Amino acid sequence: MSAEHGKGYNVNLRRKDLLGLDGVSREEITAILDTALMMRQVVRSANKKTSHLQGKSIVTLFYENSTRTRMSFELASKYMSAAAANISASASSVAKGETLIDTGVTLDQMGTDVIIIRHPMSGAPSLLARHVKASVINAGDGMNEHPTQALLDMLTMREHLGSLEGIKVAICGDVMHSRVARSNIYGLTSMGASVVLCAPPTLIPVQIERLGCTVAPTIEDACEGADVVMGLRIQRERQQKGLFPSVAEYCDNWEITPERVALAKKHALVMHPGPMNRGVEIASSAADGPQSVITQQVESGVAVRMALLYMLTRREG
Amino acid sequence: MSEGILIRGGRLIDPANGIDGQLDLLLEDGRVAAIGEGLDAQGARVIDAAGRVVAPGFIDMHCHLRDPGLEYKEDIVSGTRAAARGGFTGVCCMPNTKPVNDSAAVTRYIIEKAETKGSGVHVYPVGAISKGLEGVEMAEIGRMKAAGIVAISDDGRPVVNSNLLRLAMQYADHFGVFIMSHSEDKNLVGDGVMNEGYMSTKLGLPGITRAAEEVMIARDILVAEAEGKRIHLCHVSTRGGVQLVREAKARGVRVTAETTPHYIGATEDWVAGYDGNCRVNPPLREEADRLACIAGLVDGTLDAIATDHAPHHEDEKRVEFHLAASGISGFETAFSICHTELVKKGYMTLPRLIELMSAQPARLLGVPGGSLAVGAPADAVILDPEREITVDASKFKSKGHNTPFDGRTYTGAVCATIVGGRVIDQEDC
Repeated sequence: MSAEHGKGYNVNLRRKDLLGLDGVSREEITAILDTALMMRQVVRSANKKTSHLQGKSIVTLFYENSTRTRMSFELASKYMSAAAANISASASSVAKGETLIDTGVTLDQMGTDVIIIRHPMSGAPSLLARHVKASVINAGDGMNEHPTQALLDMLTMREHLGSLEGIKVAICGDVMHSRVARSNIYGLTSMGASVVLCAPPTLIPVQIERLGCTVAPTIEDACEGADVVMGLRIQRERQQKGLFPSVAEYCDNWEITPERVALAKKHALVMHPGPMNRGVEIASSAADGPQSVITQQVESGVAVRMALLYMLTRREG
Repeated sequence: MSEGILIRGGRLIDPANGIDGQLDLLLEDGRVAAIGEGLDAQGARVIDAAGRVVAPGFIDMHCHLRDPGLEYKEDIVSGTRAAARGGFTGVCCMPNTKPVNDSAAVTRYIIEKAETKGSGVHVYPVGAISKGLEGVEMAEIGRMKAAGIVAISDDGRPVVNSNLLRLAMQYADHFGVFIMSHSEDKNLVGDGVMNEGYMSTKLGLPGITRAAEEVMIARDILVAEAEGKRIHLCHVSTRGGVQLVREAKARGVRVTAETTPHYIGATEDWVAGYDGNCRVNPPLREEADRLACIAGLVDGTLDAIATDHAPHHEDEKRVEFHLAASGISGFETAFSICHTELVKKGYMTLPRLIELMSAQPARLLGVPGGSLAVGAPADAVILDPEREITVDASKFKSKGHNTPFDGRTYTGAVCATIVGGRVIDQEDC
């Protein structure tokens, strides 16, 4: 195990909320990943029940559809004996119905310890966090951050590569609209990794380099010598909005294929946060190939979320 | 008429008449009666202005009073009181009310309500360019002019159809009315909610390119140039916009422009934290844009400072940034911000700032005021340029407490506002 392992377990998070990885220290990330490593033993065991969250109540408040994130938070809560409840709200009801602050205050009054929020608008979790006593975990807000996804990505990378220090991570796909990209840029650069992005110019946000990453001119340049090649979902509507002319042309230039992965290091990992658009941002032959760890990312997700819930709920002692 | 007022012992600054000195100001019968050293009170009420500055009342070319129809945000009573608190003696209210001010009836309603129920601040309505602000048919510009409008604008919405802009320019000119353009290309704005730049990338908020403003400023200038008519550009916020105006003026185009205290006093960095009070249109820009707006005011490229006072209800701001209404309640902080950012920081003199807030807008609008010459309207403001104030939005006279400047400290305060020789607002003076 590398030097960055093992120090973190039993370190408290000195924060009420996890709204993003921007500003989260290397020590905190290490602590979360180390705790997650322990939690993964629970996920892998026959008796998936601990008392870490006994007496705690966890609510998921999702204003957007989600399968894996929501399910993994729910299972993480249940494996650790929390009372877990779910609220679904369509994005349209945000504009029409109860305000986010009112919803949050209501949940607070019911004694909720942690609110896990997904919201189509960037900044919604920080608005909520300012108005509730409960801890708030951002499960994805607009184009801003998706910190637990980046944490589970880092857990997966660390397991396979030993350390995040000095590794090169290529992220290819719809960077513009991706909260996964932003959280990974913050988290990975804090951990000493380098991040290189690749996408059509219309899907690269302005001045993204100032977040600490670089932008490669071609996907071949991005993959060259990479330790990780990560794909990001390309939604069909981006093409319809005129951000690129056709899926076929996108694939010619930016699809993650086995040939492009071959430019990376021999041991390089192929990753994707899901859900995948096979044959668009990633070829099935790459997604299902020997270097793919996409299915393991899902397992890491439950472990990371267990770790976070545990660490945030015990912050008061 | 009311008793006379002698404002004694202050520094009188009247840029329109080249006056800057320790002079007393005597107001009688709603007019400036005398200016001079050691004036005799002659029974007039004396206001001691020692250590203070006495200047023509400010005139705001661009505000939203929300009346009729949106009185939960502001009405003519609260809006004119807030204007008085900010040192304004005249304000131009934009037509995006409910109903829209696209008819003489609405224009008359606004003027009559201001005269009968307002704080005393003169209200100069701006009529719509197009019926319902829909950008299709011209509004009845002649009838609105007869009822009292001073200009036309589809503010809040750009006139997309360039030919409508051209025709309105020609037609309005016949009535001595000019266009105040809200220059914005909606396609370039897209779903943007803040300036496109580092902060939009960092915050994951959809950005608005500066080109959205500059493309339409260029269009507006070119149409005005071709027609030889006047155009006034509202709330210029970008460095490219300032440069387009500078170049057009050098060619002799009849273009004038304003910027606002928030483009002088805030940048996109303020959006960190997603405070809905930082949502405004055009959006808060980058530091280079802020400095370009200041440079534009210094060299005369920009002709005036207007507030774009845009009050909203708290409920419209305490929401997700995407859902927050655009606008800043600006009357009551305008002078303090501008004095701090422009005068205290050495970009311009206090007389120049006063000129940009009084004489210049009066000249552009062709309305009385902006001067303290003998015989001019007794519309004046008393300022304390050295007083530190901390903005407390909860104490605003405006119904709109929406300001990103809340809690910040500035140097320079408005002590009193006088309209027609009557003190309509006075605080610690």
